[in-house]
Amino acid sequence: MARTCHLMRILLTCVLLLCCTCVGKDRVFNTPLSEQGIAGFGIGLATAGATAIAEIQFADYVYPAFDQLVNEAAKYRYRSGNMFNCGRLTIRMPCGAVGHGAHYHSQSPEAYFAHTPGLKVVIPRSPIQTKGLLLASIRDNNPVVFMEPKVLYRLAEEQVPVADYEILLSTAEVIREGSDVTMVAWGKQLYVLHEVCDMAKDQLGVSCELIDLRTILPWDQDTVCKSVCKTGRLLVSHEAPLTQGFAAEVVSTVQAECFLHLEAPAARVCGWDTPFPHIFEPFYVPDKWRCFEAVKRITSY
Amino acid sequence: MITLMYVCSRNNGFAISTPTEEQYRGDGIVSRGPGYGIESVRVDGNDMLAVYSVTKAAREVCVRENRPFLIEAMTYRIGHHSTSDDSSAYRSTDDVNYWDKQHPIKNAYNYLLSRGIWSESQDKEFKQEQKKLVMDTLREAERQLKPSVKELFRDVYDEMPPHIERQWNEVQQHVAAYADQYPANFDHDHES
Repeated sequence: MARTCHLMRILLTCVLLLCCTCVGKDRVFNTPLSEQGIAGFGIGLATAGATAIAEIQFADYVYPAFDQLVNEAAKYRYRSGNMFNCGRLTIRMPCGAVGHGAHYHSQSPEAYFAHTPGLKVVIPRSPIQTKGLLLASIRDNNPVVFMEPKVLYRLAEEQVPVADYEILLSTAEVIREGSDVTMVAWGKQLYVLHEVCDMAKDQLGVSCELIDLRTILPWDQDTVCKSVCKTGRLLVSHEAPLTQGFAAEVVSTVQAECFLHLEAPAARVCGWDTPFPHIFEPFYVPDKWRCFEAVKRITSY
Repeated sequence: MITLMYVCSRNNGFAISTPTEEQYRGDGIVSRGPGYGIESVRVDGNDMLAVYSVTKAAREVCVRENRPFLIEAMTYRIGHHSTSDDSSAYRSTDDVNYWDKQHPIKNAYNYLLSRGIWSESQDKEFKQEQKKLVMDTLREAERQLKPSVKELFRDVYDEMPPHIERQWNEVQQHVAAYADQYPANFDHDHES
Protein backbone atom coordinates (compact mmCIF):
# COMPACT_ATOMS: atom_id res chain seq x y z
CA MET A 1 0.00 0.00 0.00
CA ALA A 2 1.33 3.37 -0.92
CA ARG A 3 0.30 6.97 -0.50
CA THR A 4 1.00 10.01 -2.58
CA CYS A 5 3.33 12.00 -0.45
CA HIS A 6 5.12 15.26 -0.73
CA LEU A 7 8.66 15.24 0.51
CA MET A 8 7.69 17.45 3.41
CA ARG A 9 5.19 14.96 4.70
CA ILE A 10 7.74 12.18 4.55
CA LEU A 11 10.05 14.02 6.88
CA LEU A 12 7.37 14.57 9.48
CA THR A 13 6.24 10.98 9.21
CA CYS A 14 9.76 9.65 9.67
CA VAL A 15 10.26 11.60 12.83
CA LEU A 16 6.91 10.42 14.18
CA LEU A 17 7.52 6.80 13.16
CA LEU A 18 10.45 6.66 15.50
CA CYS A 19 8.73 8.43 18.36
CA CYS A 20 5.58 6.36 17.83
CA THR A 21 5.29 5.18 21.42
CA CYS A 22 5.41 8.53 23.09
CA VAL A 23 5.08 11.43 20.71
CA GLY A 24 4.50 14.69 22.41
CA LYS A 25 6.07 17.92 23.53
CA ASP A 26 8.70 15.97 25.43
CA ARG A 27 9.91 14.33 22.26
CA VAL A 28 9.35 16.98 19.54
CA PHE A 29 10.12 20.49 20.65
CA ASN A 30 11.48 23.90 19.76
CA THR A 31 14.97 24.85 20.84
CA PRO A 32 16.45 28.25 21.49
CA LEU A 33 17.81 29.94 18.41
CA SER A 34 21.36 28.70 18.64
CA GLU A 35 22.77 26.28 16.09
CA GLN A 36 25.76 25.61 18.30
CA GLY A 37 23.27 24.71 21.02
CA ILE A 38 21.05 22.63 18.75
CA ALA A 39 24.02 20.52 17.66
CA GLY A 40 25.57 20.44 21.11
CA PHE A 41 22.32 19.42 22.72
CA GLY A 42 21.80 16.75 20.06
CA ILE A 43 25.29 15.42 20.65
CA GLY A 44 24.72 15.32 24.38
CA LEU A 45 21.45 13.44 23.99
CA ALA A 46 22.96 11.02 21.52
CA THR A 47 25.96 10.23 23.68
CA ALA A 48 23.63 9.60 26.61
CA GLY A 49 21.89 6.93 24.51
CA ALA A 50 18.82 8.71 23.18
CA THR A 51 18.01 8.98 19.49
CA ALA A 52 18.45 12.65 18.65
CA ILE A 53 17.17 14.20 15.44
CA ALA A 54 18.27 17.81 15.32
CA GLU A 55 17.07 20.28 12.71
CA ILE A 56 18.85 23.32 11.37
CA GLN A 57 16.34 25.68 9.73
CA PHE A 58 18.49 26.22 6.64
CA ALA A 59 21.83 24.59 5.79
CA ASP A 60 23.13 28.16 5.39
CA TYR A 61 22.87 28.51 9.18
CA VAL A 62 24.76 25.37 10.10
CA TYR A 63 28.17 26.97 10.53
CA PRO A 64 27.82 27.92 14.21
CA ALA A 65 27.27 24.18 14.70
CA PHE A 66 30.35 23.30 12.68
CA ASP A 67 32.69 23.12 15.64
CA GLN A 68 30.28 20.85 17.51
CA LEU A 69 29.87 18.55 14.52
CA VAL A 70 33.51 18.42 13.46
CA ASN A 71 35.30 18.55 16.79
CA GLU A 72 32.81 16.70 18.95
CA ALA A 73 30.32 14.55 17.01
CA ALA A 74 32.78 13.34 14.38
CA LYS A 75 35.56 12.53 16.83
CA TYR A 76 33.60 11.09 19.70
CA ARG A 77 34.18 7.45 18.82
CA TYR A 78 37.72 7.91 17.62
CA ARG A 79 39.04 9.90 20.57
CA SER A 80 37.57 7.55 23.12
CA GLY A 81 38.89 4.39 21.49
CA ASN A 82 35.30 3.33 20.80
CA MET A 83 34.33 3.60 24.47
CA PHE A 84 31.78 6.26 23.60
CA ASN A 85 30.12 7.43 20.41
CA CYS A 86 27.70 9.94 18.97
CA GLY A 87 26.01 7.50 16.61
CA ARG A 88 22.44 8.24 17.61
CA LEU A 89 22.63 11.76 16.22
CA THR A 90 21.06 12.75 12.93
CA ILE A 91 21.10 16.39 11.95
CA ARG A 92 18.73 17.48 9.16
CA MET A 93 18.75 20.68 7.16
CA PRO A 94 17.13 22.07 4.00
CA CYS A 95 19.73 22.91 1.35
CA GLY A 96 20.04 24.09 -2.21
CA ALA A 97 18.70 26.68 -4.62
CA VAL A 98 15.04 27.61 -4.51
CA GLY A 99 14.83 30.43 -7.06
CA HIS A 100 14.93 33.39 -4.69
CA GLY A 101 17.04 32.24 -1.77
CA ALA A 102 20.18 34.28 -2.51
CA HIS A 103 23.21 34.09 -0.19
CA TYR A 104 21.64 32.58 2.90
CA HIS A 105 18.76 30.36 1.80
CA SER A 106 20.39 28.53 -1.13
CA GLN A 107 23.65 26.98 -0.01
CA SER A 108 24.82 23.40 -0.51
CA PRO A 109 27.47 22.86 2.16
CA GLU A 110 28.05 19.14 1.67
CA ALA A 111 31.71 19.64 0.76
CA TYR A 112 32.57 21.10 4.15
CA PHE A 113 31.19 18.05 5.95
CA ALA A 114 32.52 15.54 3.43
CA HIS A 115 35.96 16.67 4.57
CA THR A 116 35.34 15.35 8.10
CA PRO A 117 36.04 11.70 8.80
CA GLY A 118 33.60 10.42 11.38
CA LEU A 119 30.54 12.08 9.85
CA LYS A 120 28.22 10.64 7.25
CA VAL A 121 26.56 12.91 4.72
CA VAL A 122 23.36 11.92 2.93
CA ILE A 123 21.32 13.78 0.28
CA PRO A 124 18.03 12.27 -1.03
CA ARG A 125 16.38 13.05 -4.37
CA SER A 126 12.71 12.12 -3.85
CA PRO A 127 10.05 11.17 -1.27
CA ILE A 128 10.57 7.40 -1.57
CA GLN A 129 14.33 7.84 -1.30
CA THR A 130 13.99 10.28 1.60
CA LYS A 131 11.98 7.92 3.76
CA GLY A 132 14.39 5.02 3.25
CA LEU A 133 17.52 7.11 3.60
CA LEU A 134 16.30 9.10 6.59
CA LEU A 135 15.26 6.00 8.52
CA ALA A 136 18.60 4.41 7.66
CA SER A 137 20.42 7.59 8.76
CA ILE A 138 18.55 7.81 12.04
CA ARG A 139 19.27 4.15 12.80
CA ASP A 140 22.87 4.28 11.58
CA ASN A 141 25.38 4.11 14.40
CA ASN A 142 27.26 7.17 13.26
CA PRO A 143 26.38 10.86 13.28
CA VAL A 144 24.69 11.68 9.97
CA VAL A 145 24.26 15.06 8.32
CA PHE A 146 21.07 14.75 6.25
CA MET A 147 20.64 17.49 3.66
CA GLU A 148 17.23 17.92 2.05
CA PRO A 149 16.99 19.85 -1.24
CA LYS A 150 14.32 22.33 -0.19
CA VAL A 151 13.01 23.01 -3.69
CA LEU A 152 11.81 19.39 -3.73
CA TYR A 153 9.62 19.80 -0.63
CA ARG A 154 6.70 20.95 -2.71
CA LEU A 155 7.74 19.81 -6.17
CA ALA A 156 8.47 16.14 -5.63
CA GLU A 157 5.53 13.80 -5.22
CA GLU A 158 5.56 9.99 -5.22
CA GLN A 159 3.57 6.97 -4.10
CA VAL A 160 5.45 6.16 -0.92
CA PRO A 161 5.10 2.75 0.75
CA VAL A 162 3.50 3.10 4.14
CA ALA A 163 5.52 0.25 5.67
CA ASP A 164 8.88 0.72 7.35
CA TYR A 165 11.85 0.40 4.98
CA GLU A 166 15.43 1.53 4.78
CA ILE A 167 17.78 2.30 1.93
CA LEU A 168 21.37 1.25 2.53
CA LEU A 169 23.73 4.15 3.10
CA SER A 170 26.89 4.47 1.02
CA THR A 171 25.21 2.84 -1.98
CA ALA A 172 24.87 4.89 -5.13
CA GLU A 173 22.01 4.11 -7.51
CA VAL A 174 22.21 3.90 -11.29
CA ILE A 175 18.88 5.52 -12.08
CA ARG A 176 19.37 5.47 -15.82
CA GLU A 177 21.60 3.09 -17.74
CA GLY A 178 23.79 4.20 -20.62
CA SER A 179 26.96 3.44 -22.48
CA ASP A 180 28.73 6.65 -23.49
CA VAL A 181 28.86 9.04 -20.55
CA THR A 182 28.63 8.56 -16.79
CA MET A 183 26.84 11.40 -15.04
CA VAL A 184 27.06 11.69 -11.27
CA ALA A 185 24.96 14.01 -9.11
CA TRP A 186 22.72 14.11 -6.04
CA GLY A 187 19.53 15.78 -4.90
CA LYS A 188 17.82 18.20 -7.22
CA GLN A 189 20.59 18.23 -9.84
CA LEU A 190 19.54 14.74 -10.93
CA TYR A 191 16.36 16.16 -12.43
CA VAL A 192 18.44 18.59 -14.48
CA LEU A 193 20.67 15.77 -15.70
CA HIS A 194 17.65 13.62 -16.56
CA GLU A 195 16.68 16.24 -19.11
CA VAL A 196 20.26 16.43 -20.34
CA CYS A 197 20.26 12.65 -20.87
CA ASP A 198 17.24 13.07 -23.16
CA MET A 199 18.82 16.02 -24.96
CA ALA A 200 22.04 14.07 -25.46
CA LYS A 201 20.16 11.10 -26.87
CA ASP A 202 17.99 13.19 -29.20
CA GLN A 203 20.53 15.70 -30.42
CA LEU A 204 23.85 13.89 -30.16
CA GLY A 205 22.93 10.22 -30.23
CA VAL A 206 24.83 9.90 -26.96
CA SER A 207 23.70 7.39 -24.34
CA CYS A 208 24.17 8.63 -20.76
CA GLU A 209 24.30 6.65 -17.55
CA LEU A 210 22.94 8.65 -14.61
CA ILE A 211 24.05 7.85 -11.07
CA ASP A 212 22.56 9.23 -7.86
CA LEU A 213 25.35 9.21 -5.29
CA ARG A 214 22.81 9.41 -2.40
CA THR A 215 25.51 9.19 0.28
CA ILE A 216 28.25 11.79 -0.12
CA LEU A 217 30.36 10.43 2.69
CA PRO A 218 31.36 7.62 2.65
CA TRP A 219 30.60 7.54 -1.08
CA ASP A 220 30.10 4.49 -3.27
CA GLN A 221 33.32 4.58 -5.30
CA ASP A 222 32.79 1.10 -6.72
CA THR A 223 29.53 1.89 -8.51
CA VAL A 224 30.87 5.09 -10.02
CA CYS A 225 34.22 3.66 -11.08
CA LYS A 226 32.58 0.56 -12.57
CA SER A 227 30.38 2.86 -14.64
CA VAL A 228 33.23 5.06 -15.85
CA CYS A 229 35.33 2.04 -16.77
CA LYS A 230 32.40 1.10 -18.98
CA THR A 231 31.65 4.51 -20.53
CA GLY A 232 35.08 6.19 -20.46
CA ARG A 233 33.57 9.62 -19.78
CA LEU A 234 32.55 11.35 -16.57
CA LEU A 235 30.45 14.41 -15.80
CA VAL A 236 29.81 15.46 -12.22
CA SER A 237 27.43 18.30 -11.42
CA HIS A 238 26.40 20.17 -8.28
CA GLU A 239 25.11 23.60 -7.29
CA ALA A 240 27.92 24.20 -4.80
CA PRO A 241 30.88 26.23 -6.08
CA LEU A 242 33.31 24.51 -8.44
CA THR A 243 36.54 24.94 -6.47
CA GLN A 244 36.82 22.28 -3.83
CA GLY A 245 33.26 21.14 -4.40
CA PHE A 246 32.54 17.44 -3.98
CA ALA A 247 32.86 16.89 -7.73
CA ALA A 248 36.60 17.42 -7.27
CA GLU A 249 36.75 14.42 -4.94
CA VAL A 250 34.76 12.21 -7.30
CA VAL A 251 36.87 13.20 -10.31
CA SER A 252 40.16 12.69 -8.43
CA THR A 253 39.22 9.21 -7.32
CA VAL A 254 37.86 8.22 -10.72
CA GLN A 255 40.95 9.38 -12.59
CA ALA A 256 43.10 7.33 -10.23
CA GLU A 257 40.97 4.20 -10.56
CA CYS A 258 39.91 4.44 -14.22
CA PHE A 259 42.79 6.32 -15.83
CA LEU A 260 43.35 4.00 -18.77
CA HIS A 261 39.62 3.79 -19.47
CA LEU A 262 39.13 7.54 -19.84
CA GLU A 263 38.40 8.88 -23.33
CA ALA A 264 38.26 12.51 -22.22
CA PRO A 265 38.99 14.65 -19.17
CA ALA A 266 36.19 14.56 -16.63
CA ALA A 267 33.81 17.51 -16.69
CA ARG A 268 32.54 19.35 -13.63
CA VAL A 269 29.52 21.58 -14.12
CA CYS A 270 28.97 23.46 -10.91
CA GLY A 271 28.08 26.76 -9.33
CA TRP A 272 30.63 29.51 -9.91
CA ASP A 273 33.21 30.50 -7.33
CA THR A 274 31.10 33.27 -5.85
CA PRO A 275 28.60 33.47 -3.02
CA PHE A 276 25.20 32.25 -4.22
CA PRO A 277 23.77 35.32 -5.96
CA HIS A 278 20.29 36.86 -5.89
CA ILE A 279 19.20 38.23 -9.27
CA PHE A 280 21.97 36.38 -11.08
CA GLU A 281 20.76 32.94 -10.01
CA PRO A 282 19.79 31.90 -13.58
CA PHE A 283 23.40 32.50 -14.63
CA TYR A 284 24.89 30.83 -11.59
CA VAL A 285 23.21 27.43 -11.37
CA PRO A 286 24.54 24.48 -13.41
CA ASP A 287 21.51 24.35 -15.70
CA LYS A 288 20.77 21.88 -18.47
CA TRP A 289 22.38 24.09 -21.14
CA ARG A 290 25.73 24.19 -19.38
CA CYS A 291 25.54 20.47 -18.66
CA PHE A 292 24.59 19.75 -22.26
CA GLU A 293 27.57 21.77 -23.48
CA ALA A 294 29.81 19.71 -21.22
CA VAL A 295 28.43 16.48 -22.67
CA LYS A 296 29.13 17.84 -26.17
CA ARG A 297 32.67 18.73 -25.13
CA ILE A 298 33.61 15.37 -23.62
CA THR A 299 32.02 13.30 -26.37
CA SER A 300 33.85 15.18 -29.07
CA TYR A 301 37.20 15.40 -27.30
CA MET B 1 39.13 59.15 19.57
CA ILE B 2 35.91 57.89 21.09
CA THR B 3 34.84 54.31 20.57
CA LEU B 4 31.14 53.76 21.15
CA MET B 5 29.23 50.57 21.67
CA TYR B 6 25.53 51.16 21.70
CA VAL B 7 23.28 48.14 21.70
CA CYS B 8 19.55 48.29 20.99
CA SER B 9 17.48 45.17 20.90
CA ARG B 10 13.90 44.76 19.65
CA ASN B 11 12.09 41.90 21.32
CA ASN B 12 8.92 41.06 19.39
CA GLY B 13 8.04 37.84 21.19
CA PHE B 14 8.98 35.35 18.49
CA ALA B 15 11.69 33.67 16.49
CA ILE B 16 9.44 32.64 13.60
CA SER B 17 7.22 30.13 15.43
CA THR B 18 9.21 29.82 18.64
CA PRO B 19 7.78 32.09 21.35
CA THR B 20 10.19 33.75 23.75
CA GLU B 21 9.05 31.49 26.59
CA GLU B 22 10.70 28.61 24.73
CA GLN B 23 13.74 30.67 23.87
CA TYR B 24 14.98 31.58 27.32
CA ARG B 25 13.99 31.06 30.94
CA GLY B 26 15.58 34.27 32.16
CA ASP B 27 14.03 37.72 32.01
CA GLY B 28 14.57 38.58 28.37
CA ILE B 29 17.56 40.41 27.00
CA VAL B 30 17.75 43.24 29.54
CA SER B 31 18.72 40.85 32.31
CA ARG B 32 21.78 39.75 30.38
CA GLY B 33 23.35 43.19 30.15
CA PRO B 34 24.54 43.33 33.77
CA GLY B 35 26.27 40.00 33.18
CA TYR B 36 28.50 41.84 30.73
CA GLY B 37 28.85 44.93 32.86
CA ILE B 38 26.55 46.89 30.56
CA GLU B 39 23.92 49.19 32.01
CA SER B 40 20.56 48.00 30.66
CA VAL B 41 17.07 49.43 30.29
CA ARG B 42 13.80 47.91 29.13
CA VAL B 43 11.37 50.20 27.31
CA ASP B 44 7.90 49.88 25.78
CA GLY B 45 8.81 49.52 22.12
CA ASN B 46 5.28 50.47 21.06
CA ASP B 47 5.64 53.92 22.61
CA MET B 48 7.45 56.22 20.21
CA LEU B 49 8.17 58.90 22.80
CA ALA B 50 9.41 56.45 25.41
CA VAL B 51 11.81 54.89 22.93
CA TYR B 52 13.00 58.33 21.91
CA SER B 53 13.60 59.41 25.53
CA VAL B 54 15.50 56.29 26.47
CA THR B 55 17.60 56.37 23.33
CA LYS B 56 18.48 60.02 23.85
CA ALA B 57 19.45 59.45 27.47
CA ALA B 58 21.44 56.32 26.67
CA ARG B 59 23.32 58.06 23.89
CA GLU B 60 24.30 60.87 26.23
CA VAL B 61 25.75 58.32 28.66
CA CYS B 62 27.67 56.57 25.87
CA VAL B 63 29.16 59.74 24.53
CA ARG B 64 29.93 61.29 27.93
CA GLU B 65 31.23 58.24 29.71
CA ASN B 66 32.52 56.15 26.79
CA ARG B 67 30.74 53.00 27.88
CA PRO B 68 28.08 50.84 26.25
CA PHE B 69 24.36 50.85 27.02
CA LEU B 70 21.82 48.12 26.30
CA ILE B 71 18.21 48.94 25.43
CA GLU B 72 15.58 46.21 25.09
CA ALA B 73 12.50 47.58 23.30
CA MET B 74 9.48 45.33 23.90
CA THR B 75 6.87 44.87 21.22
CA TYR B 76 4.77 42.18 19.55
CA ARG B 77 5.11 40.82 16.05
CA ILE B 78 1.66 41.30 14.54
CA GLY B 79 2.55 40.12 11.05
CA HIS B 80 3.85 36.77 9.91
CA HIS B 81 7.59 36.16 10.11
CA SER B 82 7.90 36.26 6.31
CA THR B 83 5.93 35.51 3.16
CA SER B 84 6.74 31.83 3.76
CA ASP B 85 5.06 31.85 7.16
CA ASP B 86 1.43 31.44 8.27
CA SER B 87 1.47 32.36 11.94
CA SER B 88 -2.10 31.15 12.59
CA ALA B 89 -0.45 27.73 12.84
CA TYR B 90 1.18 28.63 16.13
CA ARG B 91 -0.58 31.56 17.74
CA SER B 92 -4.15 32.75 18.18
CA THR B 93 -5.74 35.63 16.29
CA ASP B 94 -6.98 36.83 19.71
CA ASP B 95 -3.39 37.62 20.64
CA VAL B 96 -2.83 39.40 17.35
CA ASN B 97 -6.01 41.46 17.77
CA TYR B 98 -5.11 42.39 21.34
CA TRP B 99 -1.69 43.66 20.36
CA ASP B 100 -3.03 45.36 17.28
CA LYS B 101 -4.79 47.74 19.68
CA GLN B 102 -1.39 48.75 21.04
CA HIS B 103 -0.14 49.37 17.51
CA PRO B 104 2.82 51.79 17.75
CA ILE B 105 2.10 53.57 14.50
CA LYS B 106 -1.59 54.01 15.33
CA ASN B 107 -0.63 55.27 18.79
CA ALA B 108 1.82 57.76 17.34
CA TYR B 109 -0.78 58.89 14.82
CA ASN B 110 -3.44 59.40 17.51
CA TYR B 111 -0.96 61.31 19.64
CA LEU B 112 -0.03 63.67 16.81
CA LEU B 113 -3.73 64.18 16.06
CA SER B 114 -4.50 64.98 19.69
CA ARG B 115 -1.71 67.57 19.74
CA GLY B 116 -2.95 69.18 16.53
CA ILE B 117 0.34 68.47 14.78
CA TRP B 118 -1.33 66.25 12.19
CA SER B 119 -4.82 65.76 10.75
CA GLU B 120 -6.85 63.05 9.05
CA SER B 121 -6.95 64.94 5.76
CA GLN B 122 -3.20 65.57 5.86
CA ASP B 123 -2.67 61.90 6.55
CA LYS B 124 -4.86 60.85 3.63
CA GLU B 125 -3.12 63.24 1.26
CA PHE B 126 0.32 62.22 2.49
CA LYS B 127 -0.45 58.53 2.03
CA GLN B 128 -1.65 59.11 -1.52
CA GLU B 129 1.49 61.09 -2.37
CA GLN B 130 3.78 58.50 -0.90
CA LYS B 131 1.99 55.63 -2.58
CA LYS B 132 2.28 57.41 -5.91
CA LEU B 133 5.98 58.07 -5.28
CA VAL B 134 6.61 54.42 -4.50
CA MET B 135 4.66 53.16 -7.52
CA ASP B 136 6.33 55.64 -9.87
CA THR B 137 9.77 54.69 -8.54
CA LEU B 138 8.93 51.01 -8.87
CA ARG B 139 7.78 51.47 -12.45
CA GLU B 140 10.90 53.44 -13.31
CA ALA B 141 13.14 50.84 -11.67
CA GLU B 142 11.42 47.99 -13.51
CA ARG B 143 12.05 49.71 -16.82
CA GLN B 144 15.76 49.72 -16.22
CA LEU B 145 17.99 46.87 -17.22
CA LYS B 146 19.47 44.77 -14.45
CA PRO B 147 23.22 45.16 -14.09
CA SER B 148 25.72 43.33 -16.24
CA VAL B 149 26.23 39.70 -15.32
CA LYS B 150 29.84 40.64 -14.61
CA GLU B 151 28.48 41.87 -11.27
CA LEU B 152 27.94 38.23 -10.35
CA PHE B 153 31.71 37.83 -10.31
CA ARG B 154 32.67 41.19 -8.79
CA ASP B 155 33.48 41.83 -5.15
CA VAL B 156 34.20 38.23 -4.23
CA TYR B 157 37.63 39.66 -3.46
CA ASP B 158 38.94 43.19 -3.78
CA GLU B 159 40.61 42.22 -7.07
CA MET B 160 39.17 39.58 -9.41
CA PRO B 161 41.56 36.61 -9.40
CA PRO B 162 42.30 34.74 -12.65
CA HIS B 163 40.15 31.70 -11.89
CA ILE B 164 37.05 33.85 -11.40
CA GLU B 165 37.88 35.91 -14.49
CA ARG B 166 37.97 32.66 -16.45
CA GLN B 167 34.51 31.74 -15.15
CA TRP B 168 33.14 35.15 -16.17
CA ASN B 169 34.54 34.58 -19.68
CA GLU B 170 32.91 31.17 -19.75
CA VAL B 171 29.54 32.68 -18.82
CA GLN B 172 29.85 35.34 -21.50
CA GLN B 173 30.53 32.75 -24.17
CA HIS B 174 27.83 30.43 -22.93
CA VAL B 175 25.12 33.10 -22.69
CA ALA B 176 26.05 34.38 -26.15
CA ALA B 177 25.57 30.87 -27.54
CA TYR B 178 22.31 30.26 -25.65
CA ALA B 179 20.91 33.80 -25.52
CA ASP B 180 17.27 32.64 -25.79
CA GLN B 181 17.56 30.54 -22.66
CA TYR B 182 18.54 33.36 -20.32
CA PRO B 183 16.67 36.47 -19.15
CA ALA B 184 17.29 39.32 -21.55
CA ASN B 185 16.70 42.23 -19.18
CA PHE B 186 20.30 42.32 -18.02
CA ASP B 187 22.73 44.91 -19.32
CA HIS B 188 24.56 42.64 -21.69
CA ASP B 189 26.24 45.51 -23.51
CA HIS B 190 27.73 47.74 -20.89
CA GLU B 191 30.00 45.58 -18.77
CA SER B 192 32.21 48.25 -17.31
